Amino acid sequence: MKSLAELEAIRQKTLDKVSMRKDADDSIRVVVGMATCGIAAGARPVMLKFLDEIQKRSLKNVTVSQTGCIGMCRLEPMLDVIVPGKEKVTYVKVNPDMVARIVAEHIVNGRVVTEYTIGAAEGK
Amino acid sequence: MDLFRAHVLVCGGTGCTSSGSAELIKRFEEQIEKNGLDKEVKVVRTGCFGLCEAGPVVIVYPEGTFYSRIRPDDVDEIVSEHLLKGRIVQHLVYKEKADEEQHLTLENIDFYRPQKRLALRNCGVIDPENIDEYIAFDGYKALGKALTEMTPEQVCDEVLKSGLRGRGGAGFPTGKKWQFAAASKSDVKYMVCNADEGDPGAFMDRSVLEGDPHAVLEAMTIGGYAIGAHQGYIYVRAEYPIAVKRLEIAIQQAHEYGVLGKNIFDSGFDFDIAIRLGAGAFVCGEETALMHSIEGGRGEPKPKPPFPAVKGLFEKPTNINNVETFANIPQIILHGADWFRSIGTERSTGTKVFALGGKINNTGLVEVPMGTKLRDIIFNIGGGIPNGKAFKAVQTGGPSGGCIPAEHLDIPIEYDTLTQIGSMMGSGGMIVMDEDNCMVDIARFFLDFTVDESCGKCTPCRIGTKRMLEILERIVEGKGEEGDIEKLEALGKNIKETALCGLGQTAPNPVLSTIHYFRDEYEAHIREKRCPAHHCQKLLNYEITDKCRGCTACAKVCPVGAISGSVKEMHKIDVLKCIKCGSCMEKCRFGAIVKN
Repeated sequence: MKSLAELEAIRQKTLDKVSMRKDADDSIRVVVGMATCGIAAGARPVMLKFLDEIQKRSLKNVTVSQTGCIGMCRLEPMLDVIVPGKEKVTYVKVNPDMVARIVAEHIVNGRVVTEYTIGAAEGK
Repeated sequence: MDLFRAHVLVCGGTGCTSSGSAELIKRFEEQIEKNGLDKEVKVVRTGCFGLCEAGPVVIVYPEGTFYSRIRPDDVDEIVSEHLLKGRIVQHLVYKEKADEEQHLTLENIDFYRPQKRLALRNCGVIDPENIDEYIAFDGYKALGKALTEMTPEQVCDEVLKSGLRGRGGAGFPTGKKWQFAAASKSDVKYMVCNADEGDPGAFMDRSVLEGDPHAVLEAMTIGGYAIGAHQGYIYVRAEYPIAVKRLEIAIQQAHEYGVLGKNIFDSGFDFDIAIRLGAGAFVCGEETALMHSIEGGRGEPKPKPPFPAVKGLFEKPTNINNVETFANIPQIILHGADWFRSIGTERSTGTKVFALGGKINNTGLVEVPMGTKLRDIIFNIGGGIPNGKAFKAVQTGGPSGGCIPAEHLDIPIEYDTLTQIGSMMGSGGMIVMDEDNCMVDIARFFLDFTVDESCGKCTPCRIGTKRMLEILERIVEGKGEEGDIEKLEALGKNIKETALCGLGQTAPNPVLSTIHYFRDEYEAHIREKRCPAHHCQKLLNYEITDKCRGCTACAKVCPVGAISGSVKEMHKIDVLKCIKCGSCMEKCRFGAIVKN
């Protein structure tokens, strides 16, 4: 160990992997519907893609968790992105190819990907 | 290390390991793989969470769900419900009261809410065998700060200013100790960590070593820099195999990362640490005896002065601190002395870890700010006395401390207040006693321990404590004589004043404090040959009352044929034949047999 900078580099590298164990109430939550319907519709690859993207971008304060069926099984895979202080956004019929855009636009830049949301899907 | 969406933290402390947590980890790994979750969920073995009573403990993040008393069969359900489908398994979640039905996380459990975890901050949070996780929680940052931004004098000053006092029990200001060692001129000095925790029922240091070994290494290195030592020793008892193993791993990892070894943080400072195993003698917790043991000699104390800071290990200036003291150091350096002073009270700053045991609902490890009331620890955090019994006393400081009765429950816990009421802080063992505990027998128990552990070097301790024990044994057997209490008091005072080391000087404390607060119990044993707590077997008499229906069950179970009487008539116990085994009382269905 040569310097504090070197130590900080190691710290940063591990931090986002353990940050869920710290008390962070300001974290962005991605909640994926993972009941039987969600899993059957392909929620698992979607969630793995999220983990992958978060890792690639070394995002801190993002937790990925899962939830049960919310009763709109025909729209699965569904997921919520919950940014503290803002309204919950629900994305529907998500496939792994859509994930990169949700992460880049919504989670990183705060712009909701309107065309993927439940409003867009049901509004038509 | 990859990113996982969920972490399953399984307690790997001694308590939970003995209740089967290693088996749980294996089962979790199997089940997680079977369900194809091995890329999403990570299993981490941590140090002690503190709530050993509810072990084995499992916490699932990010929800922070607190599962307690998990058996291997429960694992399948947690994996298939919680981890796979995201549904919390309610019936396995820790409940404070039987009728509670809610999602409890660590922060909103009564046991944890009043606590402030400084020394235990990483216990139950990080994987103790992974240096990266320690670094992620600000590990080794304090060492970097000390070596690159502070002079050794500044480090000593900061520790002195923080008001940190020795957590091994005596409460000597740590900063002052470091300054003494720093002031000694010598080419070789030593930094020693006293991990020879020996009080019956105490496991604070053990948990720190098992849950956060790097904190101790970091603090010892900071201390080495402050006093000018380049070699450290951790003296730990061989009965702590998990602690020893994790220390060995930690030392190896610290070498790989260069936070131990040559030229740490490019500052030109070298430091190394070696482990020395003790064979488990209580007296080796005394610093001069401990140093003799490291040198390879017999664990016997020697008179002070010269103090270790002048002439210690291998005749060189040496500084010795306790594990918990060390565990506080990195944060003092990192956040400053003023921050540390803001916790606790004026004369006792910071927090103290206590090992709660005895007649208490939540057996386990707690850390509270100094100045917290005993009542809060026992009744709020500890959950009170089981089975609706009444609180009688709490023993602090182990065999060196004293018993504190109910009337002092509202005093704030500080080094000085505890000494004033005839006990001491000690290393942090806290044994709770209820109305069924006989105080004379408690005193006998602790003295029995010190007589066993006395090294025999000085006469007051070797012979004096033995004589005291003989008197106490006589009293609990109903052979006490008038004047015994006064003899105990006189002997106790003599031993305290004349014994060579801390072991002997404090050995009479449990006897003197119980005489002080519970003299009436001693008198009842001696004068009336009666044990008020109905505990001392030799002083008990079993009697059959008129509730007896004459079922003959008691007469049949009595191993010595002391019970006579015919069917459907009241039976009678022959006191001379009775061996007071209690079998008849257990057998009686009508509650007709009483002891008094």
